[in-house]
Amino acid sequence: MIPHALDISALRKTYRSGHEALKGIDLHVAQGDFFALLGPNGAGKSTTIGIITALVNKSSGTVQVFGHDIDRAPMAARRCIGLVPQEFNFNQFEPVIEIVVNQAGYYGVPKAQALQRAETYLKQLGLWDKRHTLARNLSGGMKRRLMIARALAHEPKLLILDEPTAGVDIELRRSMWRFLREVNEQGTTIILTTHYLEEAENLCRNVAIIDAGQIVAHTSIKTLLNQLNSETVVLDLKAPLTHAPHLDGYGSCLSDANTLEVEIPRAEGINRLFQLLSAQGIEVVSLRNKSNRLEELFLRLVENGGAGR
Amino acid sequence: MNGAIALRTILVKEIRRYLRIWIQTIVPPIITTALYFVIFGQLIGSQIGAIAGHSYMDYIVPGLILMAVITNAYGNVVSSFYGAKFSHYVEELLIAPIPNSLILLGYVAGGVARGLTVGAVVTVVAMFFTTLQVHNLAVVLSVVVLTSVLFSLGGFINAIYAKSFDDISIIPTFVLTPLTYLGGIFYSIDMLPPFWREVSLLNPILYMINAFRYGLLGVSDIPLTTAFGVTLLFIAALFAYALFLLQRGVGLKN
Repeated sequence: MIPHALDISALRKTYRSGHEALKGIDLHVAQGDFFALLGPNGAGKSTTIGIITALVNKSSGTVQVFGHDIDRAPMAARRCIGLVPQEFNFNQFEPVIEIVVNQAGYYGVPKAQALQRAETYLKQLGLWDKRHTLARNLSGGMKRRLMIARALAHEPKLLILDEPTAGVDIELRRSMWRFLREVNEQGTTIILTTHYLEEAENLCRNVAIIDAGQIVAHTSIKTLLNQLNSETVVLDLKAPLTHAPHLDGYGSCLSDANTLEVEIPRAEGINRLFQLLSAQGIEVVSLRNKSNRLEELFLRLVENGGAGR
Repeated sequence: MNGAIALRTILVKEIRRYLRIWIQTIVPPIITTALYFVIFGQLIGSQIGAIAGHSYMDYIVPGLILMAVITNAYGNVVSSFYGAKFSHYVEELLIAPIPNSLILLGYVAGGVARGLTVGAVVTVVAMFFTTLQVHNLAVVLSVVVLTSVLFSLGGFINAIYAKSFDDISIIPTFVLTPLTYLGGIFYSIDMLPPFWREVSLLNPILYMINAFRYGLLGVSDIPLTTAFGVTLLFIAALFAYALFLLQRGVGLKN
């Protein structure tokens, strides 16, 4: 049987303060997956990643990375992992290339090979021209890309990215998405935590949502989105209305005279809505989703306490 | 093979670090030691008679060289490892497949490298003030290396416990400096009253300074085997303790 890239069973973590960060979670990530680990702040995402990467000691439970138990075969497990943490954690006084080459060295990659890899990844991430620049002189976006290059220096089988695009402008974010897709297509399993749910929906195939130390959803993005029974769309109207029209089978309300919000049940679809609007002489200029679909589900799961509790 | 590359990476990184900031790491001991040679060796020393058959200048040279080695080996590891902890880039090592013993060895090797570099530079400075003689080169080299190892381990333990930059200067100021000054750099413990002589024997630095003085001048207040025995004992104890702290993740992991 092919082992999962990540297998977590009954993982618990209670900090010395008594705070129970993880309450016995189970998580499985298949090899080659692009997996989203979502949850509100303080839900347990970073603790989970900390345990996988040996930065946090677990209280109980088991973690296996590509079949290597982190307690029994810690070195083999660590060799499989590359980590892009949330906070900048490199020596700000070192040149970019040294940071990447040193990280490869820590994983036993010979110098010549490490230099070659550093060149490859720094070029791909647009940092090659900055290779002799001290890390502290890079912009925020460049620092984020540097951490990705560093994490790839030993060519890990599992890449864990903890909010890699936080604070990054939209253009750069999209170029990072392209790069990460390519990395994944080449066979690297990726686990991503993010607060941009559009990012998770765009990139990931499977998802786990963690809340208050428990997994409240663990499925494919597609299955999760299918759970959404209705979606709210916002219609910009050509002429103002004084009150929301009656639309049989749809809920609606006016957010202002020219903006109508309509809740569309999955069973109804959108065609009949436009027929009803046309029948009442209401012309629609444009239409957009009120929020990202995954975001809507995420909020429902987290606010309702989730199905798994 | 992997371990050897990782160890070499840590060592080279450490050497690059202290060479990059050579004005803070290499120059100060040159100035301090030169002042000691001028003030204690030439000005005051010329008024003091010979000790154990050597001029006062010659007598204090070994202690001053070793003092520079001690403070620099300790300072290198405590500041480098605490800096890595403070800025979180110690995580680069903690997530990598490097056994804790190699992380410790890497930092200690870095401390030894700085101890040897500063020791060599200060020795060159000493040669401007006196004709340096070497009684036993093997003893000289082994004492410098062992002393650097011992104080690098001390610096590592200090860095593990440190929670602020103040914490990395407390031990050097309140423990290391007094012990070094009272470790027989400037005098022979045979010159002390019996009670203070016995108290001095509790100071581990005394053993290293005397062993080093034996290597250079051929005179020592302490038998050489005792000096090496005490040094090795301290190294073994501190290495085991530092490794224990690393394994437990004290000050490093949640």
